[in-house]
Amino acid sequence: MKPERRRFLGWTAAAAAAATLGPGLRLVELALARSPEEAASTLQRWGLLIDTASCSDCDACVTACHEENGVRGHNRPLTDAQWIRKVSLRDRRTGFAQTLPLMCQHCEHPPCVDVCPTGASFRRADGIVLVDKHTCIGCRYCVMACPFGARSFVHEPVSGQKPDVPRGKGTVESCTLCVHRVDRGETPACVEACNRDGGAAMVFGDLNDAAGELHRRLRTAPSTQLRADLALNTGVRYQGL
Amino acid sequence: MARIAAAILAASLAAAPLADAGEKRAGRVALPVVKITKGGDCVAPTDEMRRNHMEMLLHQRDRTMRQGLREKRFSLKNCVECHASRDTGSVLGKEGFCSSCHAYASVKIDCFECHTPMRQVPTAGAPR
Amino acid sequence: MASVQYREIEGRSVGFYGLLSGLALVIAGGLAAAWAMEHHGHVITGMSNRIVWGTPHVFAVFLIVAASGALNVASVASVFGRELYKPLSRLSGLLAVALLAGGLAVLVLDLGRPDRLIVAMTHYNFKSIFAWNIFLYTGFFAVVALYLWTQLERRMNGYTRPAGMLAFLWRLVLTTGTGSIFGFLVARQPYDSALLAPLFIVMSFSFGMAVFLLVLMAACHWSGRVLGDALLERLGRLLGVFVAAVLYFVAVHHLTNLYIARQTDLERFLLWDGGIYPLLFWVVQILIGGVVPLVLLFSGRTSRARGALAAAAACVVAGGFAQVYVIIIGGQAYPQLIFPGKEMSSSFLDGVVAGYVPSLPEVALGLGGVGLALALTVLGLKVLPFLPRSLADGKPDSATA
Repeated sequence: MKPERRRFLGWTAAAAAAATLGPGLRLVELALARSPEEAASTLQRWGLLIDTASCSDCDACVTACHEENGVRGHNRPLTDAQWIRKVSLRDRRTGFAQTLPLMCQHCEHPPCVDVCPTGASFRRADGIVLVDKHTCIGCRYCVMACPFGARSFVHEPVSGQKPDVPRGKGTVESCTLCVHRVDRGETPACVEACNRDGGAAMVFGDLNDAAGELHRRLRTAPSTQLRADLALNTGVRYQGL
Repeated sequence: MARIAAAILAASLAAAPLADAGEKRAGRVALPVVKITKGGDCVAPTDEMRRNHMEMLLHQRDRTMRQGLREKRFSLKNCVECHASRDTGSVLGKEGFCSSCHAYASVKIDCFECHTPMRQVPTAGAPR
Repeated sequence: MASVQYREIEGRSVGFYGLLSGLALVIAGGLAAAWAMEHHGHVITGMSNRIVWGTPHVFAVFLIVAASGALNVASVASVFGRELYKPLSRLSGLLAVALLAGGLAVLVLDLGRPDRLIVAMTHYNFKSIFAWNIFLYTGFFAVVALYLWTQLERRMNGYTRPAGMLAFLWRLVLTTGTGSIFGFLVARQPYDSALLAPLFIVMSFSFGMAVFLLVLMAACHWSGRVLGDALLERLGRLLGVFVAAVLYFVAVHHLTNLYIARQTDLERFLLWDGGIYPLLFWVVQILIGGVVPLVLLFSGRTSRARGALAAAAACVVAGGFAQVYVIIIGGQAYPQLIFPGKEMSSSFLDGVVAGYVPSLPEVALGLGGVGLALALTVLGLKVLPFLPRSLADGKPDSATA
């Protein structure tokens, strides 16, 4: 690569810097499960299944999420970021009570992505809906558009961020499906915590992978999408609702 | 020819502020503190880094954010890993690697509004 | 066509500088508020993750809607050929630009990252109506500037009509875009309606005319210009028609919702038991902003009195603010329906009406936008000939409008 790079440098300095990154990089790291130099692909569609029958009255998923992502509040529930929250439901007619975690549903047709003026709110090829904080101007139109109240605007200065999870005042954020963990081949923190400390109500997987556990569970028992009337094709599915 | 011209231009651009400052501005503007506590080479030669580090970061930023390509080499995390001060663990602060030069050049850094300026605490057995 | 003589306002009196200084103070207050919000974060405002858009957006939307409406008088003159209004069309264009600038300033300074405004100009998602609005707003400045040029430059006078037509169509699209910001919010029951686009258009007719009337009367009064009764009466009647049109659209919107079972809870909230919102709706929006102006404008005893006309216009402005407040804040306060048939509770206060109290920085920022709009108008009147020397009645051709 080196002679090539030199030639590039001779042309224009700026172009060289940008152009050599591609070829130069491939030498660096070895291939893993999905190697760092392999882009997220449409072959996968990451998703979650939440079995409300197994969801116990705990908040292990919430604690784990906020710990993993360095989301710390100031005891101001309406301005603190809430990437995931436990919701209690009670049927108006019958009084039947349930509890479940609610977070970004990682829609195939996300309203937050449609409305974002700068394209900061986007859907990655593998179905994970993210906010590119580099281009988020903090207009909060996505917060208005989300059917699930899943997005949080950062109302206060932030410090002590996790290296993998940048967060900052004036931008919008939400559940990333622990994209940094998923990219390493791990499961999201909420799922891990639910299986360890909770009711083992959450399954993470690839909705496209017919051999996977998630696919099997969804194939063999009925499940629902929240706000199915909006036809968003959510990546998070619920059972027992 | 073009190559030589570019190299001269680059060298003079990189050296100019330092030479200039040494003579005239030393009394008025604090010189940037470039303390690199970790040895070894950077991901590119120093003059290229001086001129183009922002382009590299920008390019890698979009690859990581949009495509999930987490190549380590030009990642901000990797920069901080080497360049954070041994005393404070940060690239910011009075003698921080990033902040002192940026203060000198009077260019605002937006990275650390969201990203942590701290080196990751090394944990035994961590994958990276 | 009788030639109309335009003249800058003198702008040397104590009153003039007093007015400008007052407006400068208001603008400074707005900037201070914006700085504080930027420095401390939006936590110092009343806004939250439930009330995402607050008082700044009420001001911004009012100003933006009024901006396109303020252009009406010019449109009536150039597009529909009503000569009576022609002398007013320069002021109409100036006010439109000034109001839009004020509204946009508020909107931009409320952003979480106002320093990244350049990103909004360089990165576009064309599926977003917000992105389209960026073009519509900046385009509006250009189109109205062109329109004003055709009026101010004698050699360009021949192009006033096509330029006016372009400006008229542009403003219709612009207000459609503003209404659609809310109309396209499929996930929120109070919005999610194509009716919001035409509703915003009639709102713009009404608010814009009211603001125009107030500014016109003040400008003529303070600069010692004659303002004819017949002209005012006609503008007043036009305002009355717009006010009635707004009431009609509001009625249709609510009646439609009342018919849909899924929306009846929402309607009960907005019209009956939603606390401040029904109060604002019935008392300020409908009574003060609708019924009172209609009575003032159409009853035989008051329709000719200037005080009554000014009062009617002021009522429309007050009612307009209340209407935008109820739409924006009330619409968000009502909890989102995620699980039909279930009571919902959580740390995010799901299922509960969200509380909101406008904070000082928000109000200061919003007023700053109003101050900016008025200051731009005042300065515009001083530097360029926007106002005729006289607006007295009785020009032979103007009575036939």
